[in-house]
Amino acid sequence: MIDGVIALYIFMLAAFTGYEVISRVPVILHTPLMSGSNFVHGIVLVGAMVALATADTPLVRVIGFIGVVLAAGNAVGGYVVTERMLKMFVLAGKKKGS
Amino acid sequence: MPSAATLQTLMQLSYLIAAALFILGLKRMSSPVTAVSGVRWAGVGMLLATAVTLAFMGGASSLNYTLVIVAMVIGAVLAWISGKRVAMTDMPQMIALYNGMGGGAAAAIAAVELYSGNEHNLVHLTMAAIGGFIGAVSFSGSLIAFAKLQGLINKSVRFGGQKFVNLAILLISIGFGFMVVSGAGAESGLPVVSLFFVFALILGVAMTLPIGGADMPVVISLYNALTGLAVGFEGFVLDNAAMIIAGTVVGAAGTLLTQLMAKAMNRSLGNVLFSNFGESSAAGGSGITGTQKAIEASDAGVMMAYSQKIIIVPGYGMAVAQAQHKVWELTQLLLDHGVKVRFAIHPVAGRMPGHMNVLLAEAGVPYDLISDLDEINAEFETADVALIIGANDVVNPDARSNKSSPIYGMPILNADKAKNVIVIKRGQGQGFSGIDNALFVLDQTRMLYGDAQAAVSQLIQAVKAAG
Repeated sequence: MIDGVIALYIFMLAAFTGYEVISRVPVILHTPLMSGSNFVHGIVLVGAMVALATADTPLVRVIGFIGVVLAAGNAVGGYVVTERMLKMFVLAGKKKGS
Repeated sequence: MPSAATLQTLMQLSYLIAAALFILGLKRMSSPVTAVSGVRWAGVGMLLATAVTLAFMGGASSLNYTLVIVAMVIGAVLAWISGKRVAMTDMPQMIALYNGMGGGAAAAIAAVELYSGNEHNLVHLTMAAIGGFIGAVSFSGSLIAFAKLQGLINKSVRFGGQKFVNLAILLISIGFGFMVVSGAGAESGLPVVSLFFVFALILGVAMTLPIGGADMPVVISLYNALTGLAVGFEGFVLDNAAMIIAGTVVGAAGTLLTQLMAKAMNRSLGNVLFSNFGESSAAGGSGITGTQKAIEASDAGVMMAYSQKIIIVPGYGMAVAQAQHKVWELTQLLLDHGVKVRFAIHPVAGRMPGHMNVLLAEAGVPYDLISDLDEINAEFETADVALIIGANDVVNPDARSNKSSPIYGMPILNADKAKNVIVIKRGQGQGFSGIDNALFVLDQTRMLYGDAQAAVSQLIQAVKAAG
């Protein structure tokens, strides 16, 4: 479905996008943003799901199972800690966040 | 029931929407005002992609389907609980851990592809192997980073010729990767695929073990970028546009972030990874003469209460002692006294970029009181007191003047330009990187020894008593 050259185009455009998105980030958001991008690569979950779905031997099933557990941990954990961190940023004068 | 082709198109379309939500979410996360909505947008994208994948997993056997659900629930519940419970000070190692899990998942996808042997397309095999290799290195490397930050591993393992050993491991794993892709090992009877992954995992461990704790932010950021790349590669293998785009965006963004952090320490990435930082410090620190002069909290409190302008420089010591709430209490007290208080944050203070900002935000410090290095450095000259709380290398003037110092050339906060300097420090020893600090023996510097939380509490009492 995605052939070689098209894939390269996607790769190139996505790389520029990532570079541009982060180049305007203030230092105070670096940790939350690293955490946020950590959450985004949790999309590996859908790949792990597909891989396990097609498994046909016990060995491959075990590896696929571990893959899905790890990927779900990446996605959920990444989301929870990012949201917790970002919730804490408040402007002076506004009421103190919890 | 719509045709299989229609379903496939629907699935790809929802992946496209998810990818767009990720990019928009990351963009919104780059401003404090929209940051929380940003992570929620990305979260919606993740939910959409996961739900669609689950719904359209039509070809799977019921056994596999059940396994997918069970595995998701286990991973999600464990991560949810740990993510909710972890203290803000432990955030860096949690991110390292979750990141390692992502890398491990990418490696697992590659392993499934390579072990099942269904894939014969050379391009796909190569992509799977590269992604699997990067993912495995990121997995084991992140786990070591986690163990180091969590205090499970205290020593940095270093030995002569280590670079060459690591290079050899790298070459061996590349060699096995080559055999996997070309199918050359198939008839040799060697478990080539297993050996390939084992050596990739060993490489991650061997690369990370010698790196000192002070360099961990750069390393975690690097592994974050690597996991992104690995996910992107596996996305090519699985024809999954959402994985390609999200993985590559993270790979590029993470690489830039890693460079920014390495630059803030005035070192190249190669230098962080391959020079055994800290080893040369014994020679580098020998130029420091003079003694540290202690001060009582009561005297320091009076000095601060009658100052006009105070700049606070927090460091890892504040994080370890969980002193951020006390620091904010002290700040509010000083503000009530009419003292101008600012926070100065070095880009690599703590164990991650922005680590201090997160802790101060947790305590409720408004972010317009917080300035980074470029904004605040000129202001130290007009400050009556620079209060250093558990920071060391980032205020060491040797970085400006002493060419033999290992941190020579690193941009620092000019705390030594302040009229008075008060340093809260646990003892007289060297800091995390093992380098002597010339700031501590200056004429205008006074040392307030003790745990950061206890010391700041004493300062609060002293300021209260002063008026």
